[in-house]
Amino acid sequence: MPETPDLAFRRRHLLAIEGLHPFEIADLLDCAEGYVAHNRKSDKKLSTLRGLTQINLFYENSTRTRTSFELAGKRLGADVVNMSVSGSSIKKGETLIDTAMTLNAMHPDALVVRHGESGAVALLAHHVRCAVINAGDGSHEHPTQALLDALTIRRRRGRIEGLTVAICGDVLHSRVARSNLLLLQAMGASVRLVGPPTLLPPAIETFQVPTFTDMREGLEGCDIVMMLRLQTERMQGSFVPSVREYFRLYGLTPDKLKAAKPDALIMHPGPMNRGVEIDGVVADDIDRSAILDQVEMGVAVRMACLDALTRHLRDGD
Amino acid sequence: MPLLIRNVRLLDPASNLDAGGSLLVEGGRIASLGREVPVPDGAETLDGGGLCLAPGLVDLRVRFGEPGAEHKERLESGVRAAAAGGVTSVAVLPDTEPPIDDPAMLEFVAARARRLKSVKVHPYAALTKGLAGKQLAELALLKEAGAVAFTDGDRAVADARVMRRALSYAGALGLLVVQPPEEPSLAEGGVMNEGAVASRLGLAGVPAAAEVMMIERDLRLVALTGARYHAALVSTAEAVEAIRQAKARGLPVTCATTPHHLALNELEVEGYRTYAKVRPPLRAEPDRLAVVQGLKDGTVDAVCSDHTPQDQDSKRLPFAQAAFGVVGVETLLPVALKLHHEEGLSLLDVLRPLTVAPAGLLGLEAGRLAVGAAADLVLFDSDAPWKITEAGLSSLAKNTAFEGRLVQGRIERTWVDGRTVFKRV
Repeated sequence: MPETPDLAFRRRHLLAIEGLHPFEIADLLDCAEGYVAHNRKSDKKLSTLRGLTQINLFYENSTRTRTSFELAGKRLGADVVNMSVSGSSIKKGETLIDTAMTLNAMHPDALVVRHGESGAVALLAHHVRCAVINAGDGSHEHPTQALLDALTIRRRRGRIEGLTVAICGDVLHSRVARSNLLLLQAMGASVRLVGPPTLLPPAIETFQVPTFTDMREGLEGCDIVMMLRLQTERMQGSFVPSVREYFRLYGLTPDKLKAAKPDALIMHPGPMNRGVEIDGVVADDIDRSAILDQVEMGVAVRMACLDALTRHLRDGD
Repeated sequence: MPLLIRNVRLLDPASNLDAGGSLLVEGGRIASLGREVPVPDGAETLDGGGLCLAPGLVDLRVRFGEPGAEHKERLESGVRAAAAGGVTSVAVLPDTEPPIDDPAMLEFVAARARRLKSVKVHPYAALTKGLAGKQLAELALLKEAGAVAFTDGDRAVADARVMRRALSYAGALGLLVVQPPEEPSLAEGGVMNEGAVASRLGLAGVPAAAEVMMIERDLRLVALTGARYHAALVSTAEAVEAIRQAKARGLPVTCATTPHHLALNELEVEGYRTYAKVRPPLRAEPDRLAVVQGLKDGTVDAVCSDHTPQDQDSKRLPFAQAAFGVVGVETLLPVALKLHHEEGLSLLDVLRPLTVAPAGLLGLEAGRLAVGAAADLVLFDSDAPWKITEAGLSSLAKNTAFEGRLVQGRIERTWVDGRTVFKRV
């Protein structure tokens, strides 16, 4: 049974990395460490969240994130329900706020929400009494992804501070990029963004982050290479001419990777488009790829978040 | 019965009058005004208590929901809100459902409004059929039916050839073409101002350049055709500068802005506040300051509310899905008066773009305190502080961008043709 020390993180919801204090981030990561060890045991069932109800409400298809949250809740002993969006009233025109109020009336203790529109999860959170975890809202944030990436880096490198991290690819549409940028900067890493100019956000210079449109220059001397999925489903208009050209310029190949430090760690939030943003050879390099570590850390980090957000409910225990 | 309004501060931007005195209304018209006014026998007398008496405001750009969006606003609620805001003439946009692109439809709206015997409602007509930007609407017939100007509402005429023909044709009829300047192909999908805030919030932006590039294209067409052109709303520094230079070159161009573009910037959108989602979007602070400067130096001719009623269900949505627009006809003057209280503009300079200037653009006989003019008047306290609240609004729609804001300047009474259409209780 992992230790449950007092947490400085005392928020009602986890909607974004923006606004979190570094000690709150460190707190969640420390808490998650305990769950990493626990998850490697054969008896994974805890009773921390026994009696509590967790609803996973996913407006966008996602197998891995939803499964990760589902496992996290179940391992903590919560009753976990997945709301299937297709075929539900949501498709019949019910508004987000109506759905929120309907779910609220069922007295859940935690809602895990993914939505295709930026700000939608925060809007929903205004209309429920329980804890809400943002599992990705539009192009805004995906805070648990950034936390699991940070935990992966911390375990593989022993620290985050002082590392140079290149976030590469479709930064414009990526909530993963936004959350990671904010978290890694808050924890003292120096972050760079690498991508085609059409996939870097406007006014990026105000983010105080170096940007590169040349992949090799961007990877020069990096400790961590974080690849982003090319969000083809989100694209309106032509951002890049072709997948072939994108791979040539921005696909992570062994050759481009030579620009980074020899022991640079490779990360990807998944699901990967092999041959689009990453070469299979690189993704499968067990010495350098942390991609499966990220998946493992995901469950632990989500357990920590669920634990932290429901602590006030258990104070009387 | 004649009405004497005495003990008021008479404010008339058209004649630069700012002096204490009285004003006499007879037969719905202004019979005389000044320090000493002869009082006919049996005149009703109203003591203005030293408050400001100005021409009723002329709002160049409102939507009152009819036809097609009666659940959001109706002519009745719209004119009630206008009267409560001291507005005595409004121009209603044609981007209704169906659009006002046909003389019968235009006459219907005008007749509906006349029957209300309140604020004067002047319909715009569509510039192109179905607001589609392809084929000219029947401009001459629409003019006969009473159209005050032509516009496709929120949609810019994207096709340069269609716009050129529209300008030539409307120009010959002596009517104003009003273009909402936004290059649609560049703005497509954008929901707020492009920039650091949009990038942080993960929202698609409309670049400031989308506005000036449409204006610059149109200025070329104005030069080709010689027709009068009015940029419906300007929100950026570069657009203001383009208009300033065009005016210096002698082109017949004018432009307007809104109180929200004068008072607010893109930071209002923080927290995904859909009540700050407007077209054009609220811009960065340097742009806002440039628009204020444009108003001060006369580049920006008029201030209009762009009153766009939306029901709660259209706004309580994720930001990108929420409808554009805010109501504003009722708060037009109090928000504009911030320019007086905070920017040092004189009351006359604040009132000019709200009265005589917009009336002149549409060729309306309104917006003046002059003997013989219609007694369309507003009595207001320029200093009285109050708080804008949804509950306090008379409009059916409550989507104000100024909820909870403190403003100075309160309307006490409004007259149209000498009849009281609003009186604070």
